[in-house]
Amino acid sequence: MPVYNLKINGQSHSVEADKDTPLLWVLRDHLDMVGTKYGCGVGQCGACTIHIDGTATRSCLLPVSTAQDMEITTIEGLSEDTIHPVQEAWKEIDVPQCGYCQAGQMMSAAAFLKENANPNKSEIRDAMSGNICRCASYNRIEKAVELAASKMS
Amino acid sequence: MKNSISPSVSRRSFLKTSALAGGGMLIGFNLFQACKPEVAPPVDISKLNFNDFNAFIKIADNGMVTIFSPNPEIGQGVKTSMPMLIAEELDVSWDNVHVAQGALDTKNFTRQVAGGSQSLRFGWEPLRQTGATARQMLINAAAAKWGVDASECKTENGVITNSNGETLGYGEVVKAAAALEVPENVVLKDPKDFKIIGKDIPNVDIDNILEGKSLYGMDYKEEGMVYASVLRPPAFGKKLVDFDDAATKAISGVYDVVKFGDKIAVLAKDTWTAMKGKNALKANWSTDSKLESTEEHDKLLTDLLNGKEFDTLRSDGDVKKAFAEADQVIERTYESPFLPHNCMEPMNFFADVTEEKVRLVGPIQTPAGTARWIAKELDRDPEDVSVEMTRMGGGFGRRLYGDFAMEAAQVSKIAKKPVKVVFSREDDMSAGIYRPAIKYKIGASIKEGKITGYHLKEASINSNMYGLIPNFFPAGAVENYQVDVAKYSSKITTGAWRAPYTNFLSFAEQSFFDELAEILEIDRIQLRLDLLQKVKGTTDDRIEYSPERLEKVIKVAVDKSGWGKEKEGVYQGFSAYYCHNTHVAEVADVVLENDIPVVKKVTCVVDCGIVVNPLGAKNQIEGGVIDGVGHAMYGDFSFKEGVPQDKNFDTYRLIRINETPVVETHFVESDIAPTGLGEPTLPPAGAAVANAIKAAKGIRIYKQPFIKNMNAKAPLG
Repeated sequence: MPVYNLKINGQSHSVEADKDTPLLWVLRDHLDMVGTKYGCGVGQCGACTIHIDGTATRSCLLPVSTAQDMEITTIEGLSEDTIHPVQEAWKEIDVPQCGYCQAGQMMSAAAFLKENANPNKSEIRDAMSGNICRCASYNRIEKAVELAASKMS
Repeated sequence: MKNSISPSVSRRSFLKTSALAGGGMLIGFNLFQACKPEVAPPVDISKLNFNDFNAFIKIADNGMVTIFSPNPEIGQGVKTSMPMLIAEELDVSWDNVHVAQGALDTKNFTRQVAGGSQSLRFGWEPLRQTGATARQMLINAAAAKWGVDASECKTENGVITNSNGETLGYGEVVKAAAALEVPENVVLKDPKDFKIIGKDIPNVDIDNILEGKSLYGMDYKEEGMVYASVLRPPAFGKKLVDFDDAATKAISGVYDVVKFGDKIAVLAKDTWTAMKGKNALKANWSTDSKLESTEEHDKLLTDLLNGKEFDTLRSDGDVKKAFAEADQVIERTYESPFLPHNCMEPMNFFADVTEEKVRLVGPIQTPAGTARWIAKELDRDPEDVSVEMTRMGGGFGRRLYGDFAMEAAQVSKIAKKPVKVVFSREDDMSAGIYRPAIKYKIGASIKEGKITGYHLKEASINSNMYGLIPNFFPAGAVENYQVDVAKYSSKITTGAWRAPYTNFLSFAEQSFFDELAEILEIDRIQLRLDLLQKVKGTTDDRIEYSPERLEKVIKVAVDKSGWGKEKEGVYQGFSAYYCHNTHVAEVADVVLENDIPVVKKVTCVVDCGIVVNPLGAKNQIEGGVIDGVGHAMYGDFSFKEGVPQDKNFDTYRLIRINETPVVETHFVESDIAPTGLGEPTLPPAGAAVANAIKAAKGIRIYKQPFIKNMNAKAPLG
């Protein structure tokens, strides 16, 4: 079985896996980084969102073989001590209900705000529409993205 | 009326205390027993040992308090709000409280998880008494040390003060307190003195969620565990004949293939390999019973509604006579599809079945019932079975059913390995325990412009509304009133789905009243208020709701939503409902964008008694309303020849953030004990939206989902 060298949250990891294994399962089952969640496996719910070279990416559709030599960031590495403005905003607004989708929500929000530091409501709603929250904490997600943007400016 | 008094909880607290070896005091109490009034108290408390308790408060020498809560947390916030009740009466600062998920030990106790949005309602008195009793013991210990009367002592934020101004921290007297007798008849705080209850307290798990820590069943793993993916019959009504697993076994990392019943489990080194192995299985299936389709259900339910075979759940006066003598009879039929729960965390469970024990770990709303079921099925002593609960990535009723835990136990038993069964999203959506498809026919008889009779008929798949529902509004408001139910037994598995039955019944009834008001040319709010007027002062103690409280939320909703004040391009719809002991009114604001209705805002007014944690409560309300709007607008699920037609979110539509209304929440101030909140804001949402769409487009919708049944093109998500 091939061995892949992955750079995750600034650290190098070498994993043995089939080439078609989605990065999601390598993170969760091989590397014990379970913050990235499985929700649908078809890129429709956003629970597995991570950053690849800073861009929000669905890790359930990304084969491990294509993730080599890329900068991979997961929720565990979004910041040290949860001080990323998005995490701070999520805490201040008390966004989560069940909490399962929230890592993906925060990763989508963080990547979006890097592209658009001063978004309006409509841009926030469009940018976050790839992430499902079954508890429907959407009003708070919207507010938290606004708050995070204000923290970053 | 039932809900105007406190729930009848036994006043006796089930407590036991002991000194901890390492210092401090441990107070044991039985949370489920405390919260379930129908459970008989043990006769002799002194004979209980700590195995009889499932929740604990630990007070350390340094005054820090740890509350171990065994309650399942599915996102409804009880892991935060229930310990708040204890901390309030213990009189400690919330900053000094740590909440931990207690491990569940089903060995010594029969217990049930409080469901149906009842945790705070039933926990309100006993949990506060538990805190107050502990506080009194600490005071008694301090008073003895000082040689003063306990009544001279006061507490504040974990510090006891006597009349001489001397102080002792809780940590300084816990050791002595642990040795004291447990006092009875402790005095609870006056609500005006509450310092924690009524304050915004953030989710106790927030930091773990922000950091992506292992919390959920999906995240659980232990040494030696293998992952299992299960192939189940592809249709309801199919049975396994045989299978070929050569291709599966050729996959590197697949350990084993295990047949159990009509299912086949693939055991592998990781989740992906197990799923891949399952997909490579070639199985042959035979048809065991009729393969059902939605089209056929549609006809069967219509036939039931038009037939004569019903069970009558409530009958007042003489509906038949009222309808015969009416000037006008109005009848409407409302229809809803099956719905999957679609918890974000797909079903999963860990099991380790050995000769010594059956160890289960995972997300489950009913640990005790599931443990008993598994013990029976595996022919094991119930004492061998233990369940540890993880945080749950949603429940919505799906995790009341332990089928996934049973699968894990069965596979572990055969494979002789610790196993975690993981559902793919496709497994989760197609091996569901669905909200049943239901039809309602509602009839009203009108005589001289007045509603003289009301006849509600239900036709449902597998099961009918529970017995309290016929006593909800408009029971008592119409002299001749009857509720009849009928069902069709199907192979398709169905069960509770957030706010069972009322999640759709509320749409039917509140749409019906809206249309009735139009036909009778009465103001739609006034029609509801007039009906409520008739219930005031009723001597019928079966009536579940309070007409005064329902009237109040209606009036506040009218005021707060700007109801009746023309706003260009904004169309409003009204709805009010009672369920889970809570009264709710909602106004939906709809606008038309390219002639497509878009829900912009929902004003939601709630009377849920005292609001324990407004921050968490508003989250529940916002979520419930949006969930209600989303499923009414988009939720659609059907079967063809026993096969579920949607398997993932590429075809099954859940509401997304860009389709979400702003929810504006208002609480009616109350000094009445708290009532349900996880469910009751969902049911009224559908009718508020449908009534607003009627105002906007002139189209009245009788069938969910709206987006499909008003011939409008769906806005793309």
